Amino acid sequence: MKRRLLVVLAILLGFALVAASCGDDSTDDAADDAGDSGTAGDGDSDGDSDGDSDGDDGTGDSGVDASDITAAFVYIGEPGDAGWTYAHDQGRQFAEAQTGATTVTVENIPEGSPEFDQAVRDFIADGADIIFTTSFGYMDAMEALAAEFPDVAFEHATGFKSNDTNFGNYFGRIYQARYLTGLAAGAASPTGDIGYVAAFPIPEVIRGINAFTLGVRDANPDATVTVNWTSTWFDPAVEGDTANALLEGGADVIAMHQDSTAAGEAAEAAGARWVSYNSDMSAFAPTAYLASAVWDWGPYYTSVIEQVAAGTYAGGSYWGGMEDGIVQLGSLADDVSEETRATIQDLTDQMIAGTWDPFTGPINDQDGNEVIADGEVPDDGALLGMDYFVEGVVGSAAG
Amino acid sequence: MILALTFTEASVIGLLVAGVQFGTLLYLAALGETVAEKSGVLNLGVEGMMATGASVGFIVAVETGSPWAGILAGAAAGALLSLVHAVAAVGLGADQVVSGLALTFLGLGLADFVGDGYTDDARRSLFRDVELPGLDGIPWIGEIVFRHSPVTYGAVLSGIVVWFVLNRTAVGLGLRAAGETAATADAAGHSVLRLRFAAVMVGGAFAGASGAYLTTYLVGSWSQNLTAGRGWIAVALVIFGAWRPGRVALGALLFGFTLALKSRLAVFGIEFSPILLDMTPYLLTVVVLVVISIRARNKPSPAPAAIGIPYRREER
Repeated sequence: MKRRLLVVLAILLGFALVAASCGDDSTDDAADDAGDSGTAGDGDSDGDSDGDSDGDDGTGDSGVDASDITAAFVYIGEPGDAGWTYAHDQGRQFAEAQTGATTVTVENIPEGSPEFDQAVRDFIADGADIIFTTSFGYMDAMEALAAEFPDVAFEHATGFKSNDTNFGNYFGRIYQARYLTGLAAGAASPTGDIGYVAAFPIPEVIRGINAFTLGVRDANPDATVTVNWTSTWFDPAVEGDTANALLEGGADVIAMHQDSTAAGEAAEAAGARWVSYNSDMSAFAPTAYLASAVWDWGPYYTSVIEQVAAGTYAGGSYWGGMEDGIVQLGSLADDVSEETRATIQDLTDQMIAGTWDPFTGPINDQDGNEVIADGEVPDDGALLGMDYFVEGVVGSAAG
Repeated sequence: MILALTFTEASVIGLLVAGVQFGTLLYLAALGETVAEKSGVLNLGVEGMMATGASVGFIVAVETGSPWAGILAGAAAGALLSLVHAVAAVGLGADQVVSGLALTFLGLGLADFVGDGYTDDARRSLFRDVELPGLDGIPWIGEIVFRHSPVTYGAVLSGIVVWFVLNRTAVGLGLRAAGETAATADAAGHSVLRLRFAAVMVGGAFAGASGAYLTTYLVGSWSQNLTAGRGWIAVALVIFGAWRPGRVALGALLFGFTLALKSRLAVFGIEFSPILLDMTPYLLTVVVLVVISIRARNKPSPAPAAIGIPYRREER
């Protein structure tokens, strides 16, 4: 009997060890991510740091200094993935450097899990003034917590729920940057066969494929974009092989949506080109790399922290575009022509000025029926619910 | 709908080549699990050992610049980790299912812990494909069968060695006896505990090598959740292959092809749910289980009879 008890104890200990290593709840210092190397992007944004700060937690009071604010971030993945969470973490570091606020993070919190609720409550107990969370599935839990803690600001990326006091959602028009990458891809494809390693058939992904394809066809009217679904957000083995399938089929440029760099490495091995997403991943496939659609969450995080400090924060929805810099075109490969660069610059200026959008009609769906009339721009509701492919996309929007 | 990308010879060859590559990944892990189960120890920790092998394998491969060192280190890490299961389930007689599940989570956690600083590492240390001279020139077959990484050839060789040891040597006989009727093996002079310990560690080494194959060839990089449940497919594969190294190899190819086919549905213009395709290895395994249990009425089950039963000499 005693022996059994011992075994059970040993196993429990094992679980505790795992829990400890998974949910590491770390306050960030400059030293935190030391030793990370090889990634693209500017490593040291958090030069200044935690000298003062950490006063009381009277959120909502007006006129607090931003350096007295504590902002907590709940991540779905880990910053090292070079993808979605990496981009958010870069934004966090930027905001911390800008405002002097204290930031705390927790990684790998599953959607709809008790861990999520606990992590947020722990942050609040420790004096967090703002909770940023970065995955769609946290939405309902955020709504409930926002109602329970009216003095804390809740900001939820990619969702659609909000109130006008302490709960907001935020996202960016990454499709605008995707359109620009499409221009580069269309120009770089002699065969006109372009492959897209797509994640899940949801409006966010479909919108990105459509915007990319519109860019491709504006640069190369006969080109087509073949969509190959992976049903993954992160599974490098599948994403790399899915890219291989497109390359074997004759694609000479690969675009993708997932968090891994596997599609790019497949393109590199095959001597093809690659359009990356989330962050400039050129270090992973330097020859294949062509362009990227990237996030820059830093200015937004800075602005929210400042609003909370000033007592002006009031929830609501935010869907910013190129004009706010929240979405951007990453670096362009050296061999992108002057002509393409000029077109990209011109349309970037127009998007920043708000005079043009990639989804300006006339636009046909993949069966050739007009879905957006000449000169018309769909409203945000239509964009957010997009469930069809535009002309030039090969594949099914149903997955 | 017209497909822009044509259904080319390259696509078909690509499907078969990728099938062999995925099959190698599954086969290594499943072969090791076959050895462990043949000795009477079910080890559900394959996914965890694979993850640890992947993480350790990546680190050693990029730090030394040698994928060979990486895969050996991955195998060593898997074998060491499997000791946890061996001590708990074989030494102390703990419930094999519980201990194996714990090992899965322990291994996944350990992999993340060890590999923490290597997640966004752009360095690569990869096996190259080796073309078997003379044979790789055969049209189609050459490209599909004789142009692979050394790991694939190693997996084939390992399968033959495991089959030989299990079926043609005294150690193999003892090991199989330990998995059928442990008391008989003991009476015949075999140390059941020692055999089972060794079998579990062999299983761990193969699972670790399989994980390291991911980071030194198939994917090339290390990241969390890299194994993505492939260790569980390997566990199912052992049942599918009826605990026989040869049949497990055929199953590995079949499951490997379903993985490769999933990546190519759109290119081939096949309208089939990728999610359903992901389920097929498990569905096929359930079918095999049903067939086994129906046949068990007049034919002995291929499952090792003593699987899951701890052996304690004093209870003899």
